[in-house]
Amino acid sequence: MNAKVTLEKMSVHFGANHAVKGVDLDFAANSVTAIIGPSGCGKSTLLRAINRMHDLVPSARVSGRIMLDSHDIYERSIDPVAIRRKIGMVFQKPNPFPAMSIYDNVIAGYKLNNGVQRSVADEIVESCLKRVALWDEVKDRLKTSAMDLSGGQQQRLCIARTIAVQPEVILMDEPCSALDPIATLKIEELIDELKERYTIIIVTHNMQQAARVSDATAFMYLGELVESGATRKIFTTPEKRQTEDYITGRFG
Amino acid sequence: MRSITLRNWQNHAATAMMLLGTVAVLVPLALVFFHILRMGFSSLSLDFFTNIPKPTGESGGGMANGLLGSAIMITLSACIGLPIGILGAVYLTEFGGGKLANTIRFSADVLAGVPSIITGMVAYTLLVVPMKGFSALAGAVALALIMIPIVLRTTEEQLKMVPGTLREASLALGVPLWRTSLQVMLKTATKGIVTGVLLAIARIAGETAPLLFTALGNQFWSRKLTEPMAALPLQIFSFAIAPYEDWHKLAWAGALVLVVVMFTLNIGARLMGRSARQS
Amino acid sequence: MTEADSRYEPERRRPLGGDTIYRWLTAGFGLLVLAILGLMLFEMAQGSLPSLAKSGWSFISGKDWDAVQGNFGALPFIFGSVVSAVLAILVATPLSVATALFITEIAPKKVGGVIASLVELLAAIPSVIYGLWGVLVMAPWLQQSVQPWLIDHLGFLPFFSGAPFGASRMAGVLIQAIMIIPIITAICREVLLAVPQSQREAAVALGATKWEMIRIAVLPYGRSGVLGAVILGLGRAIGETMAVTMVIGNSPLISMSLLSPAYTMPSVIANEFAEATNALHSAALMEIGLILLFVTLAVNVLARVMIWSVTRGAKGGVA
Repeated sequence: MNAKVTLEKMSVHFGANHAVKGVDLDFAANSVTAIIGPSGCGKSTLLRAINRMHDLVPSARVSGRIMLDSHDIYERSIDPVAIRRKIGMVFQKPNPFPAMSIYDNVIAGYKLNNGVQRSVADEIVESCLKRVALWDEVKDRLKTSAMDLSGGQQQRLCIARTIAVQPEVILMDEPCSALDPIATLKIEELIDELKERYTIIIVTHNMQQAARVSDATAFMYLGELVESGATRKIFTTPEKRQTEDYITGRFG
Repeated sequence: MRSITLRNWQNHAATAMMLLGTVAVLVPLALVFFHILRMGFSSLSLDFFTNIPKPTGESGGGMANGLLGSAIMITLSACIGLPIGILGAVYLTEFGGGKLANTIRFSADVLAGVPSIITGMVAYTLLVVPMKGFSALAGAVALALIMIPIVLRTTEEQLKMVPGTLREASLALGVPLWRTSLQVMLKTATKGIVTGVLLAIARIAGETAPLLFTALGNQFWSRKLTEPMAALPLQIFSFAIAPYEDWHKLAWAGALVLVVVMFTLNIGARLMGRSARQS
Repeated sequence: MTEADSRYEPERRRPLGGDTIYRWLTAGFGLLVLAILGLMLFEMAQGSLPSLAKSGWSFISGKDWDAVQGNFGALPFIFGSVVSAVLAILVATPLSVATALFITEIAPKKVGGVIASLVELLAAIPSVIYGLWGVLVMAPWLQQSVQPWLIDHLGFLPFFSGAPFGASRMAGVLIQAIMIIPIITAICREVLLAVPQSQREAAVALGATKWEMIRIAVLPYGRSGVLGAVILGLGRAIGETMAVTMVIGNSPLISMSLLSPAYTMPSVIANEFAEATNALHSAALMEIGLILLFVTLAVNVLARVMIWSVTRGAKGGVA
């Protein structure tokens, strides 16, 4: 299996706080990798480093290397905005743009990047909404506010918005933490379908979820990568004591 | 230990004083209102909106030229003041962590406290002196100077209320920061920003002092920006202190119109603000 | 071909990207605000130079203001501004605090809300309209009823000596007070609303009556905020131009009497600046403006610091 994204000795500092400590990790293409660990272990921080979201925080400093198809995305000459088009992100809470309709939300990233013809836009909106299984629910009210949708629908809309930009990697930061079990299930099914086309990295505090959706799992603790490997192996025969303690619920 | 009756008595006395104070505040304000409505309605006629003032001694006439002049100068000052105020606020929210931003915030607060007559003097030295004459342009600049700090601070407040998650969502789609700022942040905050703009316009619509030595006023129709121009508040002022009964009537009518405009803008702004908070 | 088959081809950063331009552009607009303030101070100072050179410190102490003779002493205006602003604050403060307390602590929520929005609307009425009312309604009433009574009964006091002019310091003070009351009340209300409910509950749990609760819990907590509101009102009163100009009588006298006409710094600028007879005259008016500017700046900065100290603390405490 070839690695789509590779972290080499990757560290994140916020001022004097060392949040992620020298992580080496591969994320395989067309698969789902889950990052688990107790809250505050640095898993979200690591995730946000992968599409350069820390660029916005003046005190944040990312060191080491993050490779996308063997190009270092933190190299000086690289355009961070272009990186984020290749590496999309879905957030904890669904965050559709409140001033835009459902239709405009899906096409937002695309339109703001390229400008787009009407007929092309219609096609993109339809195919993206179909891929997230939202089309049948909203096709009659595409021009209404995205805020009228339920939480689960909003999150699927946000995923549609992300894939409309045609990324290669999708980062998901606890995408189901604000959703009810049924909505969660739908998102998980969606993740399973999406991995055919995209490389998915998901941060979750829910171990059942990690076990259900991921092919590989990485366990982080106190900013360090403790252990990573095939999900089945991590959940059945972990090598490290800390991993076993966490998975069996002895701490966290 | 003080007796409970004494304490209760004190409590009632204090409550009565507070009530009395409130009444004392509301009575003169009610009187101002009452006179504007009574005198204003009895003096207002269609002439007021269609005619210019009649020469001294003749009755009738209106303030149509003042209404037009005010509209022109307010529009012009909005054209000058809004871009500065709004884009300045964008800088403060998007890039505003540092010392420079705090200095700008502080200057805006200080500017907001400058008496409006001073902005008139400044516009006079900046425009009237070099252009060798009073002008509507100078008036509009003086009004813009008043408008800028108000718009800047209210816009910044509104932009700050837009959840940061929206900015992240947009940036994560690979949208550049400038587009994110214009098309996501400003767009989401539009209602709130319009509220602030309406309040700022209401404020400058009634300003008189900064126009005294900039726009100066004009008895006749005036449309040229390089010439003295009439304005409603200026006309109310000069007619109120003139010794003619008829002119006083016109001043009352002008006051009524100005107050109606003011309250409409204020109430409009409030409703807008409320719907912004709900969505 | 699916997206995952595609390989990432790095896109280079453009040397002058949209974001960089945007940053500098908006920074430019922000800096304009700074520049305006700087320009304002510079223009006022430069405009005052001829007067500063000619009169020096005697400008502030001189009592004689005669544009024809070229004598410019600003004392009557400074005196007039200070006296009427201070008196207006003395009138307005107790009334405003009482109203704010009534709104927040005594009145039922709905009634309080109505009064509060009334007061806020009244703060939006322009100065020239208060002036119109002052000169056509209040001043004649003062002249015909109030002032004769004061002269008859209290005329032995220096404050109430002289003839009943309608347009007088008294009229100026009253109109200033009426105008700043809505402002002080509105800020006091905000400050009082920022007092945590737990403070009130603590006092009530000790068996305090409502007034005692206000006295031991509410007012001490909001003290510096209320003081800030009053100082902000003072700043407004000092800078207030139109309404005062219309009712104060515009006569450069230094008199103890409330009934005599007086003058203020903004009023003399409003009346004379457009028709200044010569360069020295306009420079002298600029210098009055400069003094006015410095005084109001100092007062405003002080007030903001005091209001911040309360409302900021409260926000931190609640959240």
